[in-house]
Amino acid sequence: MTTTVPDAPPTAGTPAAGTSGTAPLVRRRGGGVTRWAAPLAVFAALIGGWYAITYLVLDPARRFLMPPPQDVIAAFFDGPTVERIGEALGQTVKVTFTGLAIAIVIGMAWAVLMSQAKVAERSLFPYAVALQCIPILALVPLIAFWFGYGFGARVIVCVLIALFPIVSNTLFGLQSVDRGMRELFDLHGAGRTTRLLKLQLPAAMPAIFAGFRISAGLSVVGAIVGDVFFKQGQAGLGIVLDNFRNCIQGAELFATILVAAALGFAVFALFGWLGRLAVGRWYDQSRDPA
Amino acid sequence: MSAPAPSVPAAGTGTRVLHFRDVAKAFPDGTVALEGVDLDVHRGEFVTVVGPSGCGKSTLLRIASGLSPATSGTAEMDAARIGYVFQDATLLPWRSVLKNVQLLAELHGMSKTATNQASRDAIDLVGLSGHEKKLPRALSGGMRMRASLARSLTLDPDLFLFDEPFGALDEITRERLNDELIRLFSAKGFGALFITHSVSEAVYLSTKVLVMSGRPGHIVDTFEVPFGADRTPELRFTPEFAALSGQVSAALRAGHS
Repeated sequence: MTTTVPDAPPTAGTPAAGTSGTAPLVRRRGGGVTRWAAPLAVFAALIGGWYAITYLVLDPARRFLMPPPQDVIAAFFDGPTVERIGEALGQTVKVTFTGLAIAIVIGMAWAVLMSQAKVAERSLFPYAVALQCIPILALVPLIAFWFGYGFGARVIVCVLIALFPIVSNTLFGLQSVDRGMRELFDLHGAGRTTRLLKLQLPAAMPAIFAGFRISAGLSVVGAIVGDVFFKQGQAGLGIVLDNFRNCIQGAELFATILVAAALGFAVFALFGWLGRLAVGRWYDQSRDPA
Repeated sequence: MSAPAPSVPAAGTGTRVLHFRDVAKAFPDGTVALEGVDLDVHRGEFVTVVGPSGCGKSTLLRIASGLSPATSGTAEMDAARIGYVFQDATLLPWRSVLKNVQLLAELHGMSKTATNQASRDAIDLVGLSGHEKKLPRALSGGMRMRASLARSLTLDPDLFLFDEPFGALDEITRERLNDELIRLFSAKGFGALFITHSVSEAVYLSTKVLVMSGRPGHIVDTFEVPFGADRTPELRFTPEFAALSGQVSAALRAGHS
């Protein structure tokens, strides 16, 4: 292959970019304005809607229900509020990551076990499905009943909520190894452990990380749900949210919601990044549905 | 290929590595895939089975490799190690070329030094030197197939099974890999059982061509190929090649109707 495609700039004789023939291509490629204009317009409309509700819909006496954006931003500059939210955030992060770590260990072990024998899958998978079908909120009182209202109980709520995506994605990944590759390992007498370590787990990594990403978001939900429900023990974001609601501190409440949202987004992004780090070299993540 | 090819033992003189007598295969749903198949492969013999899609060629290979048992008859493999080259290169996408080539040696518990030596040699042999660190996704289809060949070569197999390995490649790449395969076969003298639906590929590569017909799959004709080991692309344009290809084609058509 020695053919080179000349990449010369257009000469005076050739029609310049922007003439009718090439215009659509040029616009699509360099469209910085159109790329940002639409998202910005939507964002502006949302903020505009917020202002409209605050100042046009709500009676001034009821404005605390939806304080204007600048009040919410101001809450972030109020020392005591920030300190309170910051401490709660730290607590929630601790619960989230402890719960997630435990869910990852249990979930992967569960899935690996099921992938090793059909009988194991038949006897263990129904419980994974049950876990998904039982509204975890219905179990929260029971958890409090058994384990009290402390850190441990919150972590258990987290684990229960975050477990299923890890179990199902890991199992799916382990089982959907390409048939040719499985037969290659069969032909050369690979044992169970070799097959698991050298074929199934590496092949399942993209699916496993997709599961981690979903569970990471759910784990934040779990941590906050536990908090809101227990209303006791060291305050996480859930308790702070609840307190601000009780004290009719609308701006602070909104600020805390934004922090909770940012936390959810951050753990989701963190696991997306970890996933790219682990499998991005060989796996094209842009094909993932999630 | 200017280098003189090492001499290959005449067909049938090497040790027998594969032996089929009256092999039949029926699937649980009642489909009879193979019936009354007799064939032998010796070291130094390149046997190709040519037949239409769905005639049971791949089933034949699966029985030969032990991936799937025969329903009746005798299917014996007397090879210490086999190479199996699939239709797809089946490289592990997370492993580099070198690591992929080393995989089978790892599975067979070869020592680290032996693995390294064998994989370097195999990579050289298939012409992939300089590409060791690349991931499969960075390779062309032809290069992937070369890596797949190298992976099997590390075991120095007595018997090589090929399941339409070049079917998905373009004609130029395919013909080049055919030449590489002839060179490897001449150098190593393994026994080969090659499945294809291309008559010219069958005649070009083989010492013996078996024509298969479907429903149920059985061998309808056998052709000894008289050309020596020093085959070059020009062979494809000789009258002898055309004549033999014509006969194989005719047998294929007769069996198919």
